[in-house]
Amino acid sequence: MIELKNVSKVFPTAEGQLHALTDVSLTIGDGEVYGIVGMSGAGKSTLVRCINLLERPTSGQVVIDGADLCAMKQAELIRRRRSISMIFQQFNLLMQRTCLKNICFPMEIAKVKKADAEKRARELLEVVGLPDKADAYPAQLSGGQKQRIAIARALACDPKILLCDEATSALDPKTTRDILRLVKDINQRLGITVVVITHEMAVVEEICTHVAILDHGHVMETGRVEEVFSNPRTEAGRRLVYPDGVRIDQLPAANVIRIAFNGGSSYEPLIASLAIDCGVKVNILGADTRNVNGQAFGTMLLGLPEEPAEAAKAISYIKNQPNVTMEEVRDYHG
Amino acid sequence: MADWIVSFFSIADAKMVKQITYLVDSIPYAIWETLYSTLAATLMAHLIGLPLGILLVTGAQDGVRPLPRPLMQVLNVVVNLLRSVPFLILMVMVMPLSRIILGTTIGTPGILVPLTVAAAPFVARLVESSLREMDRGLIEAAQAMGCTNLQIVWKVMLPESLPSLLSSFTTAFITILGYGAMAGAIGGGGLGAMAMMDGWTQRQKAVLYTAVVVLVILVQIFQSVGSHLSARVDRRVSRTARKGAAGGRKRQLEKDKPMGPPGAM
Ligand SMILES: Nc1ncnc2c1ncn2[C@@H]1O[C@H](COP(=O)(O)OP(=O)(O)OP(=O)(O)O)[C@@H](O)[C@H]1O
Ligand SMILES: [Mg+2]
Repeated sequence: MIELKNVSKVFPTAEGQLHALTDVSLTIGDGEVYGIVGMSGAGKSTLVRCINLLERPTSGQVVIDGADLCAMKQAELIRRRRSISMIFQQFNLLMQRTCLKNICFPMEIAKVKKADAEKRARELLEVVGLPDKADAYPAQLSGGQKQRIAIARALACDPKILLCDEATSALDPKTTRDILRLVKDINQRLGITVVVITHEMAVVEEICTHVAILDHGHVMETGRVEEVFSNPRTEAGRRLVYPDGVRIDQLPAANVIRIAFNGGSSYEPLIASLAIDCGVKVNILGADTRNVNGQAFGTMLLGLPEEPAEAAKAISYIKNQPNVTMEEVRDYHG
Repeated sequence: MADWIVSFFSIADAKMVKQITYLVDSIPYAIWETLYSTLAATLMAHLIGLPLGILLVTGAQDGVRPLPRPLMQVLNVVVNLLRSVPFLILMVMVMPLSRIILGTTIGTPGILVPLTVAAAPFVARLVESSLREMDRGLIEAAQAMGCTNLQIVWKVMLPESLPSLLSSFTTAFITILGYGAMAGAIGGGGLGAMAMMDGWTQRQKAVLYTAVVVLVILVQIFQSVGSHLSARVDRRVSRTARKGAAGGRKRQLEKDKPMGPPGAM
């Protein structure tokens, strides 16, 4: 289990202090695929680098399986890092080593016997689907293949945790999906906890079980992906989850509600039956639906009729629908 | 004695014959002296310059093991100072040191110490710039894998920079060859001394030009061998792309090297 307790990170810069992370607390359970999302500059990389202490938090604790990494001596920390692997956007393979030797590298560091290391490296090449690339150099591989080698290298020392910092951001959509599937597969087969840093919602939808939304160094929301995505509670969450959604302050009407669909039906039948059953017509001001883990999720902004009675009728009708939640949008600027 | 040359040039004037005879007799040894003194000085300069260059990179504020800022500043100033003293002057200044270490200040052994002292800071800068070329992400990956700083230097920085280090070795070798030749003016041996003492001073034009031409040829040979080796060990370019890309990259690498101003290393 990874516990971040009140982690803050301040960078001294020429323009003064930069608060990259402020009082971040997260708990990541064993076997989870935990997404950390946020806009560029939100502090995602800094956060993930705090997990293996590549970046030392200015204050707070990083506790992994009950042990506080910040309190460890350098030698102990170095040993501990071997059970926390990391893959990167730029792959970071050793260009002067063959793929096989790249995968052997962490084992070499951990003083595994050469023959054993090579045997394991060949098994891992199998796992990532590149058994014929043992003697190729990274420069001879495509981006997706490089990331597979990086994953094989990350698995070499039987890690408990795999950190992925924008691991698919340099890849095309198809390759991205393949790599994500491989990561998910590894998570399920080996039970490795995976922390996925990304700015792409699609990545989170594809593989994550849990998600934390990071904004300007603050954790805004955490929870299961379905919960957070179907009903983001904060403005930062909504901005990320529904980037195309209409911004509230740009809409004209008052008396607006936001309804959220948590799986099951989509919204067209609801609007239709609202008109048929109650005779109430509503304006759809904005809508965004998505497919998360095979279920339909979405939110919609509805402009209710001006007449209070009509509006109340619509609200009570919607409240009685299964799988639909509703909230009034009060901070609505007309 | 090369009698056949004397008979071959029997119609030529006596002075020319004398020069050619002299050349045939002494040039192999002069070449040998130049080569071994250059190689020895280059190796010794690396013995000091390589660790120093590594220290300049790892000890920097953004390095893997930042050292106190004042210490790094002193180190940088010393390197810059040694590099800005013109070689001939440095050589004269270092002579007492040469007497202490090797017991002589003349001939080929005599110039080894000054050459090394003068070249070491230059080599340190070359090594520094080679190592800095490397992608920082690799160091981060190595740290994440639990490498110690020593392992990062030994297993990541040096092997990953090998092509670049080889081409800076070549640059150092050729520069030292040049300065070794210059040292001929003040008591060194080898081709430089031959050109200066026997060619220039005694007005033996054939000796002078031959020595210079041989120096030029040596530089050409070592540059192409060095470039070839560097490209050969470079795995950063894919094999198919190498033919076209390697030349361009090599040129790029060489352009980035710090070159000493004339007369200084
Ligand atoms: N070593 C550093 N020194 C100073 N500031 C830094 C340093 N590293 C990061 N920062 C700053 O901290 C903030 C968060 O950076 P971080 O790299 O964590 O963002 P990110 O969420 O990963 O962004 P991206 O999606 O663009 O990678 C940024 O404003 C960045 O400029
Ligand atoms: Mg980042």
